[in-house]
Amino acid sequence: MRRTLRTTGFLLLFLIAGASPALACAGLIGPNGAVNLVRTTTLAAYHNGVEHYITAFSFQGGGGKFGSIIPLPGIPTKVERGGDWTLQRLIRETQIARRSADVLAAPAAQEGVKVILETRIDALDITILQGGGAAVGRWAKENGFVLPPDAPEILDYYAARSPIFMAARFDADAARNRGQQIGDGTPIHLTIPVDNPWVPLRILGLGKQGSDLVQADVYLLTDVRPTYLPRARRGMFLQYSAPASTALTRDLRSDKGMSWMPSAPMWLTHLAINSNARDLTYDLAVDASGLTLPSRPARLMSVLALGMIFGAVWVTGLAWKGFR
Amino acid sequence: MKRFALVPVLAAAAGIFLAAALPGLGVSRDPAPQTIKLTMRHSRFQPAHFTVRQGTTVRFIITNSDPIDHEFILGAEAVQRRHETGTDTRHGAIPGEVSVPAGGVGETTYTFTRPGRLLIGCHAPGHYTYGMQGWVRVVESPFQ
Repeated sequence: MRRTLRTTGFLLLFLIAGASPALACAGLIGPNGAVNLVRTTTLAAYHNGVEHYITAFSFQGGGGKFGSIIPLPGIPTKVERGGDWTLQRLIRETQIARRSADVLAAPAAQEGVKVILETRIDALDITILQGGGAAVGRWAKENGFVLPPDAPEILDYYAARSPIFMAARFDADAARNRGQQIGDGTPIHLTIPVDNPWVPLRILGLGKQGSDLVQADVYLLTDVRPTYLPRARRGMFLQYSAPASTALTRDLRSDKGMSWMPSAPMWLTHLAINSNARDLTYDLAVDASGLTLPSRPARLMSVLALGMIFGAVWVTGLAWKGFR
Repeated sequence: MKRFALVPVLAAAAGIFLAAALPGLGVSRDPAPQTIKLTMRHSRFQPAHFTVRQGTTVRFIITNSDPIDHEFILGAEAVQRRHETGTDTRHGAIPGEVSVPAGGVGETTYTFTRPGRLLIGCHAPGHYTYGMQGWVRVVESPFQ
């Protein structure tokens, strides 16, 4: 189980506070700017208007403290240690039953930050923050995080969508003292009431060079087959889409904190991200009802832009007519 | 033939006239000091490109609206290279070089003595490569 957990890591990753270079791991940016890439695994499950967001932070050795910041779609009502096998069981399920890869063709407020929740889980200090991109960045800096140069833009980008962030500081010394071995992970389970689940992907490229590879596995568990955007992106692959098996449902429901799952099989979707950082300019928006396409700000902007163009042409036409 | 002989005389007269009149038109031998305001946002200089006349002394006022520290380093490519590999964490004593803390404002003054192109860069780790660059084009002065 620990071996599989080694494949999980930080969902996102940026910063280091007083860490040794040996800690530059799991997508973290070290003081020398080095980035080691580790595949990340996330589950976004949605049932009864609540998103269950589960990801894992793995101990990669070394000492000191380092951390990451993850944008969230809403304010979590609960942040707790996740179950021990949910992510691994999903990996195993989709590896066994994987069908042939289906390649999908080719500012918020600038005031201070509000700390909504603070908790410690194993060697992780978790803080849920609410604020604009600059304010969250300032908070991160004041709390010892080192932000890469793309952080201001990316924090603003996410704050415009949802001004909620989770900052996680990993105390590697505490992890070692707890007897955690390299590769051991700490799963975190956030319970977030939202209209529809949403998975931040763009932030996985934070601090990376454009040509750096970003790899991630995103699992969705929904009551019915979901629709999601983007539908077609280079580097995003639909790996699995089918009702969860009875065995998987039973195994997941028996894990810690997973009793919210209905006994009826949910729909399991597995999307693999295998993209260079330059192309990873999108997030995953999901309509868990499967009835419509989820909203996308970019789409709205396109409609508005088209409307403005047509409006301008119409006004110009009227003016021209009047002139003649 | 006589008409052609008048050309150098007229040209000289025009030159004398322009030299006398241009200061009154705001174009002087020593250009007046300028103030240029820049913003650092999303790890970019805004604006990132300027044109100044040779001999101009420019006071740069730089506002950093990012939550991270930046620096403004003005100089030739060799200067940028030296800072990219250097270890200085603070700047301010040398004209054209200033560190600007997150959310802060920095100032530096620089006299552009030679025509050509100088670069602007931030050399906090990874910032220059990320694209935090700009340039200043220095155009030749007719009086230099």
